[in-house]
Amino acid sequence: MSAPLLDVQDLRMHFPVKEGLFQRSKKSCRAVDGVSLSVAPGETIGLVGESGCGKSTLGKCIVRLHQPTTGAILFEGDDLAKLSPSRLKPHRRHLQMIFQDPVESLNARHMVGDILAEPYLIHRMGDSVWRRRKVLELLDKVGLPANAAERYPFEFSGGQRQRIGIARSIALEPKLIVCDEPVSALDVSIQSQVLNLLLDLQREMGLSYLFIAHNLAVVKHVSDRVAIMYLGRIVEFAGADEIYRNPRHPYTRALISAIPQPDPRHRQQRIVLTGDVPSPIDPPSGCPFHPRCPHATDRCRAEVPSLRPAPGLPGHTVSCHYDLP
Amino acid sequence: MLEVRDLVTTFDTDAGTLTAVDGVSFSVHRGRTLGIVGESGCGKSVTALSIMRLLPQPMGRIKGGSILFDGLDLARLPSEQMLEVRGGRIGMIFQEPMTALNPVHTVGRQLSEVFLLHRTRSKRDALQMSVEMLRKVGIPSPEIRVGEYPHQLSGGMRQRVVIAMALACKPALVIADEPTTALDVTIQAQILELMQSLQHEMGMAIMLITHDLGVIADMCDDVVVMYAGRVAESGPVDRIFAEPSHPYTRGLLNSIPRLTTPRKSRLNIIEGMVPSLADLPVGCRFQNRCPFRIEACSGQPVLESVAPGHDVACHRWRELPPLASTP
Repeated sequence: MSAPLLDVQDLRMHFPVKEGLFQRSKKSCRAVDGVSLSVAPGETIGLVGESGCGKSTLGKCIVRLHQPTTGAILFEGDDLAKLSPSRLKPHRRHLQMIFQDPVESLNARHMVGDILAEPYLIHRMGDSVWRRRKVLELLDKVGLPANAAERYPFEFSGGQRQRIGIARSIALEPKLIVCDEPVSALDVSIQSQVLNLLLDLQREMGLSYLFIAHNLAVVKHVSDRVAIMYLGRIVEFAGADEIYRNPRHPYTRALISAIPQPDPRHRQQRIVLTGDVPSPIDPPSGCPFHPRCPHATDRCRAEVPSLRPAPGLPGHTVSCHYDLP
Repeated sequence: MLEVRDLVTTFDTDAGTLTAVDGVSFSVHRGRTLGIVGESGCGKSVTALSIMRLLPQPMGRIKGGSILFDGLDLARLPSEQMLEVRGGRIGMIFQEPMTALNPVHTVGRQLSEVFLLHRTRSKRDALQMSVEMLRKVGIPSPEIRVGEYPHQLSGGMRQRVVIAMALACKPALVIADEPTTALDVTIQAQILELMQSLQHEMGMAIMLITHDLGVIADMCDDVVVMYAGRVAESGPVDRIFAEPSHPYTRGLLNSIPRLTTPRKSRLNIIEGMVPSLADLPVGCRFQNRCPFRIEACSGQPVLESVAPGHDVACHRWRELPPLASTP
């Protein structure tokens, strides 16, 4: 494999939880708790997990919308985690983000043309004629008509607004885009249009994606490798086909079995987990998954498992004390 | 048991009167599960609200058709009589359990209200029944939970409370509007499992409204596919998934990525987007997105029978190529 574009090392993001009369922070919310992963040029890493598992926080740390507590974010060799805002700026154009809700992430008072020209203004690129030409190119690239530039975000449907968000993210020809649930707010018939667009752009521009979503079928479709997160940690990491064919972690297995398949002939037996996801403010001892795990033992309650290679499966890592059959 | 015939529901808006549901017919049979699937704006939720007579007032109105339930026409039933049906004979599960529950009352008080309306006059009995009901929907230590407020419960637990309220009076029919959309995958599995086991135990019919074809395939016996306020296709779930006859149903089933779809391959798509209710095409409403459009499509197609129980509203259903070669 070529040198990674992005190499995240033992990243932690702990938010202080303020309590009491004097707002002292006694506890912290361990949203991301020791995550390491790397993304190669042109590769898509899928990041899957349930709400509160820290997948969005991890994405925001990588584009430095959050300042991580500890750990390193090596992007083309530079550690973004330690750079000051002014030193960070030249890197920002290579690292972009697409948000889940295109309604909230587009400024309602700006015309689409201005929204798309803004990245160029911020990076002081070109004159107004050049920017205008670039905006039209962008609109064409994401399949929107040229007259969209003179309209406001509210005049567009959800799918079109997401296209505007995508156009903005590719304006500066980035190397990596963090896509945070980019299709989950869209209707089924629109989702596949947007997924095709993301795949086309990747092929055309050689983009890498960090694709965050809870829909496993969608993640598997776009990703090369998939990481499963639970309570701020990666519990399993493997090739996209491999992780579905041969899941090793009990949580991954439950997650895969819980996806309702659109095929009435294959009503599979669901592995129904009991209970809810615990709070990252007060995570369980030992393995964070043990209170819901059907295979938990005393060792799981006491000892935190580390992410280790799954025996006999190259490129497949799992964070479980046991090799389940 | 429930028979909806030619239901027409309209909304008065600034842009004029919009017809959200336009001549929809289907029936729900005792003890079975009917799925209603469609994208936002297709009228699936408005259909549910029409049946429950919970349309936003004064804009929403049932303009035509009938809703026959146990010999009553709910479309014309006086509001006072509707009070007995709603919550008593028909229960409803809403999508967002946080908005369906009142944040300033305890779970026990809200649940008791259902029993006080329909079953008993004694508050003590009502509370006792509430505890039993919470136990039935799998809430641990229900004696403690009855005294708690909705914000103290997790999303999955709240949805269990909403289910408890819907099922409190052993209704013959439960209408569930996107009951798991706001929930995580593993919690969704818990809730679907719970609904199935309660149906098994209590024998109620379920009308399940969702946009998720996976949930439909998993849970339902029959399915109605809606598009822009009309029924596109309806029939037994196995048939609809194996031999979809409407270009829209085929397009939907073809476009969703599945675990078996080759990775990074181009997905089939449905071109364009759902037309707005204020600007519907004359004739077949799917025509501007349909790869099989012909001139005749500007005339409204009627529901024709493909097979017993399987109806489709398309002029060209007979001529469509086998599914694998759909563009």
